[in-house]
Amino acid sequence: MSWMNGLDDWIIVLGALAAIACVLPGTFLVLRGMGMMGDAISHAVLPGIALGFFVSGTRDNVWMFLGAAIAGIVTAVLTQFLHRMGRLERGAAMGVVFTSLFALGLVMIVQAADHVDLDPNCVLYGAIELAPLDTVMFLGMEVPRAFPVLLVVCLINLVIILLFYKEMVISSFDPDMARSTGIHSGLMNQVLMVMTAATCVACFEVVGSILVVSLLVIPAATARLISDRLSIVLVLAVIVGVIGAGLGHISAITVPSWFSSDVEDTSTSGMMAVAAGVLFALAWVLAPRHGLLVLAIHRIRLRVRIVSEDVLGFLFRFEERGESMSVHNIRQTLTSLADAGPLASRLAIVSLKRRRLVYREGSVWKLSDAGRARAVEVVRSHRLWETWLWRQADLAADHVHGQAMRLEHVTDERMRAELEIQTGSVSQDPHGRPIPAGDSEGEDGAAASPPGD
Amino acid sequence: MMATNASSVPVVPGSEHDATAPLSIHDMTVAYHRKPVLWDVDLDVPEGQLACIIGPNGAGKSTLLKACLDLVPRISGEVQFWGESISRQRGRVAYVPQRESVDWDFPVNALDVVAMGTYRRLGWCRPVGRRQRSAAMEALERVDLADLAGRQISQLSGGQQQRVFLARALVQDADLYLMDEPFASVDASTEQAILSALRELRSQGRTVICVHHDLQTVQESFDWVVMLNMRVVAAGSIEDTFTIENLRRTYGGRLTLLDQAAMALGRAHRGEEEG
Amino acid sequence: MDTFWRVLLLQDYNTRLVVIGTVLLGIAAGSVGSLLLLRKRALVGDVISHATLPGVGVAFLLMVMMGGTGRWSIGLLLGAAIAGVLAAALVLLIKRTTMLRDDAAMAIVMSAAFGLGIALLGVIQDLPNGNQAGLESIIYGKTASMVQADAIGIGIAAIIVILISAALYKEFRLLCFDDHFAGSQGWPVTTLDLALLLLGTAVTVIGLQAVGLILVLAFLIIPAAAARYWTDRLVIMMVISSLLGAASAWFGVTISALVPRMPAGAVIVLSASAIFMLSLVLGSRRGLLVRLIRARGIRHRTNRQHILRAIWECEETSGKVCRGDLLKRRRWTQREVDRLLRKARSRGEIESAHGEEVVLTETGQEAAQVVVRNHRLWELFLIRHADIAPTHVDRDADEIEHVLGVELVQELEAALGPEGSLPSSPHVLGEASP
Repeated sequence: MSWMNGLDDWIIVLGALAAIACVLPGTFLVLRGMGMMGDAISHAVLPGIALGFFVSGTRDNVWMFLGAAIAGIVTAVLTQFLHRMGRLERGAAMGVVFTSLFALGLVMIVQAADHVDLDPNCVLYGAIELAPLDTVMFLGMEVPRAFPVLLVVCLINLVIILLFYKEMVISSFDPDMARSTGIHSGLMNQVLMVMTAATCVACFEVVGSILVVSLLVIPAATARLISDRLSIVLVLAVIVGVIGAGLGHISAITVPSWFSSDVEDTSTSGMMAVAAGVLFALAWVLAPRHGLLVLAIHRIRLRVRIVSEDVLGFLFRFEERGESMSVHNIRQTLTSLADAGPLASRLAIVSLKRRRLVYREGSVWKLSDAGRARAVEVVRSHRLWETWLWRQADLAADHVHGQAMRLEHVTDERMRAELEIQTGSVSQDPHGRPIPAGDSEGEDGAAASPPGD
Repeated sequence: MMATNASSVPVVPGSEHDATAPLSIHDMTVAYHRKPVLWDVDLDVPEGQLACIIGPNGAGKSTLLKACLDLVPRISGEVQFWGESISRQRGRVAYVPQRESVDWDFPVNALDVVAMGTYRRLGWCRPVGRRQRSAAMEALERVDLADLAGRQISQLSGGQQQRVFLARALVQDADLYLMDEPFASVDASTEQAILSALRELRSQGRTVICVHHDLQTVQESFDWVVMLNMRVVAAGSIEDTFTIENLRRTYGGRLTLLDQAAMALGRAHRGEEEG
Repeated sequence: MDTFWRVLLLQDYNTRLVVIGTVLLGIAAGSVGSLLLLRKRALVGDVISHATLPGVGVAFLLMVMMGGTGRWSIGLLLGAAIAGVLAAALVLLIKRTTMLRDDAAMAIVMSAAFGLGIALLGVIQDLPNGNQAGLESIIYGKTASMVQADAIGIGIAAIIVILISAALYKEFRLLCFDDHFAGSQGWPVTTLDLALLLLGTAVTVIGLQAVGLILVLAFLIIPAAAARYWTDRLVIMMVISSLLGAASAWFGVTISALVPRMPAGAVIVLSASAIFMLSLVLGSRRGLLVRLIRARGIRHRTNRQHILRAIWECEETSGKVCRGDLLKRRRWTQREVDRLLRKARSRGEIESAHGEEVVLTETGQEAAQVVVRNHRLWELFLIRHADIAPTHVDRDADEIEHVLGVELVQELEAALGPEGSLPSSPHVLGEASP
C-alpha cells in the first residue's frame, strides 16, 4: 500500500525488463503458432536450472543458462522426434516431453532442498518482491542482482532479433519459401528456442517459470489484435508488456486492501499475469480494427446503411410507378420486404433525413435530388444484378430478386460497369422493369475511375 | 416490390417442388465467414437415380452435401428429404464423407468403422453387439473386403479405405446415399466395385448422389447430373443435361463478378475496408 | 527391502488407501486421456488444470465470506471444476472471435488464470483465518498426507468417470474418429465434445489432490500416448492406458512413501515417462524397434531382388555380366554393388563374389526368374490396365514388385499370359532411368 521509493521502483523496473526480454521471442512464438511451446519450454527448463545450480551452487551463473538452453533445445528436438518418429500429435508430444522434464526437475530440486538455497516455490512463482533486496555493484551503482542479468538478456534478444529480423519473419511466415531462398528455417527455429529458454531462466526468479508464459504470449497476442503489421506488433507488444508489469505491481499492492483491511498485498508476479490478461481483454473488445466493439458498431452501421439504401430504392420504385409512399406505409414496407426491425428502420430514416437524401412533404416521403441520384445507383445495381444473375449465372428469374437485394449494397461503380458490359447493356431487368441509366448525374465522379484498372 | 414485379416474370416456371423427392433444395445460399460459396441452389433430385454433382474445384460440391445435412450453416433456403426436414429423416439418409476428412491412423479396424453405421439405430449407450457386427460383416462382404475385416484401417490401401466407407453407408440401409468423392484416387478395380454396389442400390429403388470429379466416366456411370459452379448451372438427366454447352458454362472459368461480389459481401460483414 | 515389499504389496494400511485411490484415478485418467488424445485435445487438459487454481481460491474466499472455514473440500473442488470448464470455454471464444490460433488462446487463458490463482493465494495467506494448508497442496499434490476421506472421494469420483466413459464408449469413438459422419447421423457433436471435456475436467480436479495441478496433465497424456504403441484397437488402447496409469500411480506412491523427499506427483509422472519410453521403443504395434525391423526386412528383400534382376537383364541383353555393367543399371555405388554381390554369394545365388564376371548359380537363376517375371507382369498390368506410359512403368513396377503376393501374381498371370512363361520386357532394357 505504501509506496517505498527504491523498493517498489525497482520491482517495476525489473518487471518491465522481464516483460521486454520475453516479448521479443514471444512475438515470434505467437506468429508461428507456437504459444504452447513457450509454455512447454518454461516448464522444461526446470531440470536445466536445477542442474546448473548443482554444478555451481549459486544462483546467477553461466551454468544455469547453459543448462536451460540445453533443456530448451532438448524439448524442441524431443517434441519433433516424438511427432515425426513416434507419430504422436504435436500437442501431445509436447505434453509428454515437458511434463516429464518438469517432474524430473521437481524431484531434483526437492531432493537437493537441504543442500542448496533453491526454493521450488520461488522457481515456480518467482519472488520479485524480494529481488530488490539482493544487490550487487554494477557500473559503480548498487543495483538488484537481477537487474544486470535481465538487462543483458534483453540486449542479446534485441540484437538477435535485429540481426535476423528478415530471416525470422520469412521462416515464421513461410518455412518452405525460406528454405528455397537459402534461409535455414530449422536453424532459426532453434535460435528461437534457445532464446526462449534463456529468457525463461533470466526471468524465472522474477516471475517464476509458469508465469513467464504470460509475458511470452499475452503481450504479443494483445499487440497482434491491435495491429496487422509485424514491426508495429513488436513495438506494441513491448509497450503492453511494460504497462502490464507496472500495472501488475501497483494492483498487487493496492487491490487486495479494497476487499479486506487484513490483507496488505499479494503476489506481484501473479498480478502481472492478471494485468496482462486484462490488457488482452481490453484489446479484444476495443482494438481499432478487430475489436469486438468495433465489429458490433460496424455491424449496426452496415445494417442501417442497408436499410436506408432499401428505403431509397423503395421510394425510387414508387416514384417510377407514380405512387407515393406515406409516412405510415414505410415501416410496414421495410418490415415486410427488407426484413428490417423497428430500430433499424428508425435509425435509417433519421440518417437519411440528416443527410438530406429524403424529406417529408405532408404525409409522404420524397426523394431529394441527391437522394434520387443515390437511389438510381442502388436500383441500377439491383436490376443489373438481377439481369446478370439470370442471364450469366443461370439462376431462375423468380429467384434473382433475393440475391440482388443483398448484392446491391456492396456494388461499386466498377462492378456496375462490368455488369453492364457482361449483360450486353440491356435496358430491362428479367421482370421487365427498366434499368436506370448509370451516369445521369454526377458523372464526373464515376467517369473518373475507368473500369479495369 | 417483389409482389408488384412477380406478375411480370417472363420466363422459368415458378419453383414447385416435389414433396416426394428424396432431396429437394429450395433457394439455398451457403457462406463461409459470410462469404457466399453457393448461391441460390434450387434442386430436386428424383427418386431412384444414380446422380452425380460435377463442377470445377471450389465450385462448392462438397459444401452442397454438407449444407444439406446441416453440417455447415445455411444463410438462407430450405432442404427437404421426402418433404420433411433432415432431423425427421436422418435414419433414411447415409452420408459418406471425403476419405481425407478423417485420421486413418485412428486405432480401429475395418469392421469397427463399418459398425459405426449401425450406431444410430442402436441409440445411446447401447454397445455394439453380435447382430451389429454380423450386419457390418455382411456389408464388408458386399464390397469384397470380408477378409480384411480385422485389419487396422491405416494398413488398407486408399481404395480399400474408400470401400470401408461405402460399407459403412450400406450397413445403414438408407434410402438416400450422399457420397463425397467416392471415386477420388482409387484404383480401377475399386472404382468398378463401388460402381456396381451403387448400381445395385439403384436397382433396389434407392437414390445415390455422388460428388464426382472425373468427367470421362460421367456418361457411363450415372444417369442424372447436377452441374455446379457456385450456383446450379444445369441439372437433369444425362442425355439432356450433359452437353458441351453446359460443360462450357460450368467449367469455362469462374464468374469473376460473382467472386468479386462474394468477396465484397464477406468483407462488408467482417468489417474490413469499409467507407 | 522388507519395508519396500510391505508397502508395495499394500500390507501397510495407510498406503493401501492412498494407493487404491490413486490407482483408480490412474485408470480413469488413462481411459479419458486416450479419448482426449485421439480427439487431438491433449493440451486442453493443461488449460483446465492451471485454471483450477483461481477456482479453488475463489471458492475458498466465498466460503469464508459466508462464514465457513473455507476448508470444505467438496466446495473447493466444485470451484476448481467450474473454473476449469469456464477456461476451456474462454479458449474456444477467443479462437472463434479473434484471428489468434488456439495455441495462443490456450497459453493466454492458462497463464492469466494461473496468475490470478497465485494472486488469490497471496491474499488468502494474509487472511487471519487463512490457514491455507489445503490450498497449497493442490499445486503439488498431497499424496503423503492424504486422509481416508480423500482417498475414498477420489476413488468414488474415478469410478463414476470410468463408468461414464464406458457407457458412452461407442459415442466417443464415433466422435473422435469422424465427427462429420457423427453429425450427419444426428449425434449431438457439440454436446459429446462437452461431455468429454467434462470428464477431462473431472479427472483433472480429482487428480489435483494426488499429483498436483501442473503434473495432472501428464496423467492424462502419457499413459494414453504410451498405450498407442501397443495396439491398434481403441478399446484395448484404453485398457492398456488405464493399466499403465494405474501402474505408474502405484509405483509413484510406493516410492514416495519409502524414499524421503520424493514428491509423489513427480515420481508418478516419471514412472509414466519411463513406461512411455519403453513403449516408444518396444511397443509391439508401432514401437520404433518393430518398425525398424520391418523396414530393414523390406530393404533387404528389395536389394536382393534388384541385384538379381540386374544380373538377369544384363545377361539377357549382352549375354555376359560384368560388374561394370551392373553399376550402370541403377543408381548405386561400386561399394553397394560389391556388398550386394557378396550377400548374393553367401546365399548361394552367384558363383563367386570376386572377379569381374558375375555368373548366376542354378538357385540364383530360379530366384532371378521369379523376380524378373513379377516385375514384367506388373509392367504389363500397368500398361494395359492403368494407362501408364511404357517409359514410366519401369519405376512404378520397381516399387510394387517387391510386395507382390502369390494370389496377386496368379491373378496377373491369368490376366496376362500362360503360366511359367517369362514375358519380354515392354521397354528397352538399359541404364538407370534418371
